[in-house]
Amino acid sequence: MPLPPLTEATVRLGVSAADWRAAVRLSGDVLVASGSVSRGYPQRMVDVIEEFGAYVVIAPGLALAHARPGADVVENGLSLVTLESPVSFGHAHNDPVHVVIGIAVTTADVHVTGIADLANAFNDPDLVPALSAATDATTAIGLIESATARGAV
Amino acid sequence: MKIVAICGVGVGTSGILKVNAERALARLGIEADVTASDVGSLAITATDAQVILTSPELVDKIPPTWADIVVIDNYVDHAEIEKKLLEALG
Repeated sequence: MPLPPLTEATVRLGVSAADWRAAVRLSGDVLVASGSVSRGYPQRMVDVIEEFGAYVVIAPGLALAHARPGADVVENGLSLVTLESPVSFGHAHNDPVHVVIGIAVTTADVHVTGIADLANAFNDPDLVPALSAATDATTAIGLIESATARGAV
Repeated sequence: MKIVAICGVGVGTSGILKVNAERALARLGIEADVTASDVGSLAITATDAQVILTSPELVDKIPPTWADIVVIDNYVDHAEIEKKLLEALG
């Protein structure tokens, strides 16, 4: 089962987050608002990082916030939040984080090629600054789609 | 050849690492079976793996193993993944 595409409802640009916990919760709150998850899920995303550390910061400036499948996951969900000011997650190499991708999956065997392609778009060093400058979701989604196409390997 | 990509919960990040490792191996012409797993299940899934791929943040949580542990800093840096896989497998 693939993840749904990003939409205007699941992209939030230039939001303010005091710290990494707030940034992660924001990406989860978008999933709550879009109906993918119920209210307990954003805290579970934070708990994963409390337990395992900042490994979710998979590339410079990019965090992939997620928790295990659970009763609070209604359907697969994907969100993208860009931060007004970057926050530190405590990663040895990839801080500070400008972009948080939120993921919720109903089962662990979700089809990961789509999310890998989305992540690989951030191999383009121009994408994060371009997203930070974007003022509407349609522009942001377009930037990601073209970076995904360029980054296809 | 068996390779295991590890993350905290076995969803998402290890999947990205698995996909990008498979693509790197294909470019290198190396045949290998890459699976994604979580650090808690590692003792079971990695018993016969030669290589464990993971994040610098998770290295300390990996139980004792005979496998080579390859630390990937940037999961979307194809050059880094290719270089480190080649060093581990070459």
